[in-house]
Amino acid sequence: MKRMLVLGAFAAMLASGTALADTSGKKIAFSNNYAGNSWRQAMLDSYGIVTKKAVEDKVVAAADIFTTADKEVPTQAAQVQNLILQGYDAIVINAASPDALNGAIKQACDAGIVVVSFDGIVTEPCAYRVVVDFKDMGKQEIEQMAKFQPKGGNLLEIRGLAGTSIDDAIHAGILEGVAARPEFKIVGSVTGDWDQTTAQKAVATILPSLPDIVGVVDQGGDGYGAAQAFAAAGKPRPTIIMGNRQDELQWWKEQKDKDGYQTWSASIAPGVSSLAFWVAQQVLDGRTDIPHDLLVPYLAFTQDDFEAELPKIVKGGVASHEYTQEDAIAAIKANIK
Amino acid sequence: MLRSLLPALSLVLVLLAIAWLNPRAISYFGFSLMLNLAIPIALATIAQMFVIAGNELDLSIGTFVGFVGCVTATWLKDAPLIGVLILLGSIGVYALLGALIHLRNLPSIVVTLGMSFVWQGLAILVLPKPGGKAPDWLLSLMAFKPPLVPFPIIAALLIAAVVHFGLMRTSYGVILRGSGGNAAALERAGWSLLRTKIALFALTGFFGVLSGMALIGITTSADANIGNGYTLLSIAGVILGGGEFVGGRVSPIGAVLGALTLALAASPLLTFMHIPPDWQVAANGAILIIVLAARVLISRRER
Repeated sequence: MKRMLVLGAFAAMLASGTALADTSGKKIAFSNNYAGNSWRQAMLDSYGIVTKKAVEDKVVAAADIFTTADKEVPTQAAQVQNLILQGYDAIVINAASPDALNGAIKQACDAGIVVVSFDGIVTEPCAYRVVVDFKDMGKQEIEQMAKFQPKGGNLLEIRGLAGTSIDDAIHAGILEGVAARPEFKIVGSVTGDWDQTTAQKAVATILPSLPDIVGVVDQGGDGYGAAQAFAAAGKPRPTIIMGNRQDELQWWKEQKDKDGYQTWSASIAPGVSSLAFWVAQQVLDGRTDIPHDLLVPYLAFTQDDFEAELPKIVKGGVASHEYTQEDAIAAIKANIK
Repeated sequence: MLRSLLPALSLVLVLLAIAWLNPRAISYFGFSLMLNLAIPIALATIAQMFVIAGNELDLSIGTFVGFVGCVTATWLKDAPLIGVLILLGSIGVYALLGALIHLRNLPSIVVTLGMSFVWQGLAILVLPKPGGKAPDWLLSLMAFKPPLVPFPIIAALLIAAVVHFGLMRTSYGVILRGSGGNAAALERAGWSLLRTKIALFALTGFFGVLSGMALIGITTSADANIGNGYTLLSIAGVILGGGEFVGGRVSPIGAVLGALTLALAASPLLTFMHIPPDWQVAANGAILIIVLAARVLISRRER
């Protein structure tokens, strides 16, 4: 069976016309700067599952994970330098800073090492970046909202961690969506830091000053907190976009069972780490046509499929998806224009 | 005797462990990579050593290094004159802090803890989001590849030699250490304790500036949080290098060796040991405790 899978993978590669080198002797390291929240834990789990199988199937020789002790940039820069010395062929990295690691990344590239960054990306041109299309996610939130609230109305926006590129991109997408659908109007905006408690407090504070709200557009990790704030204030329950967290989907299910509540959920899958791994593998495989900036889709759930996903998410966790080599090849293909 | 040899001994031990785990690392290329981030740590440790020599502690050195880094990646590149003035001014602030701590008899821990937030805030003000670029001369200096001996080793030797000469071999160096060893005697002999404290803090600021610049020369670009880890690393480096929190007992050579040991023990050793990811963070702490405990054990046996 395993051999079949490998053969299948090879067939897929042949189909894309670029199977060149054998990567079974290659070693890929994962440099991670933080492991202290549920998203990062899920990210490490997904990566572990996918790479363990890849090593067993002899797709690559080794795929080791290295997490730094603190979130500091110099620690991770030193770690990258050590990985260079260790003789890895590729480094997959979730970086502590988009710019400040560029010195170390450049050293890795100069040593002939393939660097693939995701989530926390690096700007050094020689590295690859696996970026989730957050802007489209924001835009899609408004599109979905239009399905549930066809008459339009007032929206409340919950922003993420200020000053991050992710918050910026989702916000820009939401504004674009609202511009395209003038029946919606954002009447209030709060900062939720992707955290249920923070979001609940922020929404509770602004609610009394707002007109009637038909929908809440947010960034994930804040939907359940918003729902709690509306309930506590005795306000009618709006359509709240969810962010794939277990508590959010659980609340959604409860509401659906009660009165058929409808909404939509989307977030970046922590398993994007496994996609970055496959991208690194593909580059090692000799593919030279891979763009350095890869835009990959986010993970979304609809009214029909979220309940099937719910039992698979650990309590307090977030929905993930382990990407396969075929997924990676498809994602790369979608980015080659 | 053993006590003064200890910093060198622990460095050799860590190096042996690395050589055993990854022979490839013991090479010109290997040392250049493993030790280049140790230069800013060594400079920050020297900075910390000066305040410790005066029985004080600087909890703001990490964020100060970050602030210097942000200035280096922005002003120092775009408007070198203003950049230099800002950096000189920040050394002046350090001198003033020394005066304030001495005159008002304030605990340095409280003052510098407060300052750590000030530096952090200023760093974010200078560079609200990661970026900037190091000046070209700094980049080429830090990427310098001398023949035979890797640059980080030459830099470490130079730092240790200069500070050792200044603090251990000159007469004012003796006065500076004396202000931590026996302040009352020094004062009775007619020396100004205010002036020694100002000098010690200014030297801390000066080496803090060097540390931040060296760091940005290596990373090429800055981040407001880039130096935060240096506060504790620098204190640990001084202690590992044979210094004491009180009594003006410090050793510049030991401090540099201590910084190198910490830099090597924390990162390369850990990476080469292939510890499962769940345990890596804890293992890092464990290595630090083992290295520091060994030093305490040996120096206690000496008494």
